[in-house]
Amino acid sequence: MTVVEPAIETSGLVKVFGETRAVDGVDLVVPAGGVYGFLGPNGAGKTTTIRMLATLVRPDAGTARVLGHDLVREPDEIRARMSLTGQYASVDEQLTGAENLILLGRLLGFSKTQAAARADELLDVFGLTEAAGKQVKDYSGGMRRRLDIAASVVVTPDLLFLDEPTTGLDPRARNQVWDVIRALVAAGTTVLLTTQYLEEADRLADRVAVIDRGRIVAEGTSGDLKRSVGSGTVHVRLSDPERRQEAERVLSGVIGGEVKPGAEPNALSVASSDLERVGSALVELSRAGIGVTGYRLDEPSLDEVFFALTGHPADVDEKGEESAA
Amino acid sequence: MSTTTPTSDVARSVPAALTSRTRPKRPGPLATTWTFTWRAMLKIKHDPDQIYSSFILPIMFTLVFTYLFGGALAGSTGDYLQFLMPGILVMTVIMINMYTGISLNTDITKGIFDRFRSLSIWRPGILVGALLGDALRYTIALVVVTALGLLLGFRPGGGVLGVLGTILFLQLFAFCLGWMWNAAGLVLKSPESVNQLSSVVLFPLVFASNVFVQPETMPGWLQVVVNVNPITHAVTAVRGLTGGTLTGEQLTWALVACGALLVVFAPLSMYLFRAKSLR
Ligand SMILES: Nc1ncnc2c1ncn2[C@@H]1O[C@H](COP(=O)(O)OP(=O)(O)OP(=O)(O)O)[C@@H](O)[C@H]1O
Ligand SMILES: [Mg+2]
Repeated sequence: MTVVEPAIETSGLVKVFGETRAVDGVDLVVPAGGVYGFLGPNGAGKTTTIRMLATLVRPDAGTARVLGHDLVREPDEIRARMSLTGQYASVDEQLTGAENLILLGRLLGFSKTQAAARADELLDVFGLTEAAGKQVKDYSGGMRRRLDIAASVVVTPDLLFLDEPTTGLDPRARNQVWDVIRALVAAGTTVLLTTQYLEEADRLADRVAVIDRGRIVAEGTSGDLKRSVGSGTVHVRLSDPERRQEAERVLSGVIGGEVKPGAEPNALSVASSDLERVGSALVELSRAGIGVTGYRLDEPSLDEVFFALTGHPADVDEKGEESAA
Repeated sequence: MSTTTPTSDVARSVPAALTSRTRPKRPGPLATTWTFTWRAMLKIKHDPDQIYSSFILPIMFTLVFTYLFGGALAGSTGDYLQFLMPGILVMTVIMINMYTGISLNTDITKGIFDRFRSLSIWRPGILVGALLGDALRYTIALVVVTALGLLLGFRPGGGVLGVLGTILFLQLFAFCLGWMWNAAGLVLKSPESVNQLSSVVLFPLVFASNVFVQPETMPGWLQVVVNVNPITHAVTAVRGLTGGTLTGEQLTWALVACGALLVVFAPLSMYLFRAKSLR
């Protein structure tokens, strides 16, 4: 098998639930290796798409190849090399953490001792050794998530689906999950990750697909997406607040567009991604003898990207951070 | 609590744990089934309350029917107990049997079922293994209820062999009937609805059988119901086994009843199981 073959390739995937077109013609190419982010608000169709690709739900229309195998005709070949960590913890609450991992190990074909050794190793790595003998129903959300991911890597998969792996986690637990994802990628696993967090996609994903109402509305690197929406913002800080109006005239003269005063009396900002013009504007300022103590170029946030692509804001409880360049 | 692992530790140690991609050979049907049996037995270990609660109803019925109605039904409480105990043993198994459906449904609603389905395994093992694990439940409950019967004065004419035969036969019966609950567990929306269905279905089925009285005094239409009820044939066989009077005909009918349950509900369950992925 050639290495360059994409991990996932879909064409016109559709899934209908009654009146709802949960997934409405999705074309995706997920390259092998790295993290692919699947970004969208509640009800966008992320989970349904993942469940189809993980062979749990049969598509109503369209085709897909996953790890080089046809989704509908060769699901077992796909299952043998893929793992899924669902949106809701897919571990057995009545069993202990250790028992859960041994169970998975046995189902994958390890002997009793091999499975137990592997379970110990994973519990250790995922910081669950002390909780190993506790029933999972007594685990915290973060512990449960880590166990869930551990259960997906009892044998390191070639492709891992993670459905909202960090939703509901505190920042520290989220960082741990991110570390695990990075480690998996370093080990050669392709990770397809869904998220409602724009920041998460921005930080982790090499490529991002934005899904809304069952359709892919944009695809590319997060840089591509931001550029496609157009301008970033230039922030300028003056040494002398008195000369702000003067500076405003210079900037609008060179860059064009509306120059907005910043929160502090010496700050100004203007929308632009044109580096050359920004450069000339700075030169003009210095020629006019207006001292500049600092400037910053901000790319648009994925929040803005989402709004621009779908015409409505991403319906999330966490705002994507404004990226500080 | 062990939630204090610093992020950097995870970052350092995870790669080491992920370098090995050696995938063992896919386990065969037997190994897969046994693993699910093991899982079912672990659940019993972790939740013994469910076992205790499964004795309560049969014990209550034994006491109420023997001492309240026994005299009226069979002339003396002692005679009635001899008649009732085999029926109670069948009932014991039936009452526990519905947990099969409840735990399957819990697996589906909680999400672990999806994980099992995302593995490359022999899929019937998920259902078969759970049924076999429940055998431990039945054995424990049957031993306890039989002991209570012996204490109250139940004297099985079939002796130890008869009782062992009963336990063996009821394992088979429960395995076959369990497929009905697998089907229910796959179709219904929540574990609660499985539970509700069980009370709607089980009580009429248990009462419209020969568990408590012989059908001779019932109206004709009800006798028809009683005679096609698989529970009736199971009870008749258990009466024969415990009493040491089992005839070939009784055994045949009991096995036919088991076979009928299996033939209807096992394929139905597997069909529903597959339909889950088609949806
Ligand atoms: N089993 C189902 N039966 C009926 N409708 C469903 C089912 N599963 C999903 N849907 C509907 O399909 C649409 C897409 O759901 P999906 O779960 O794929 O979205 P999502 O992007 O994962 O959302 P979330 O961020 O809330 O997890 C929603 O409108 C949802 O109500
Ligand atoms: Mg979802």
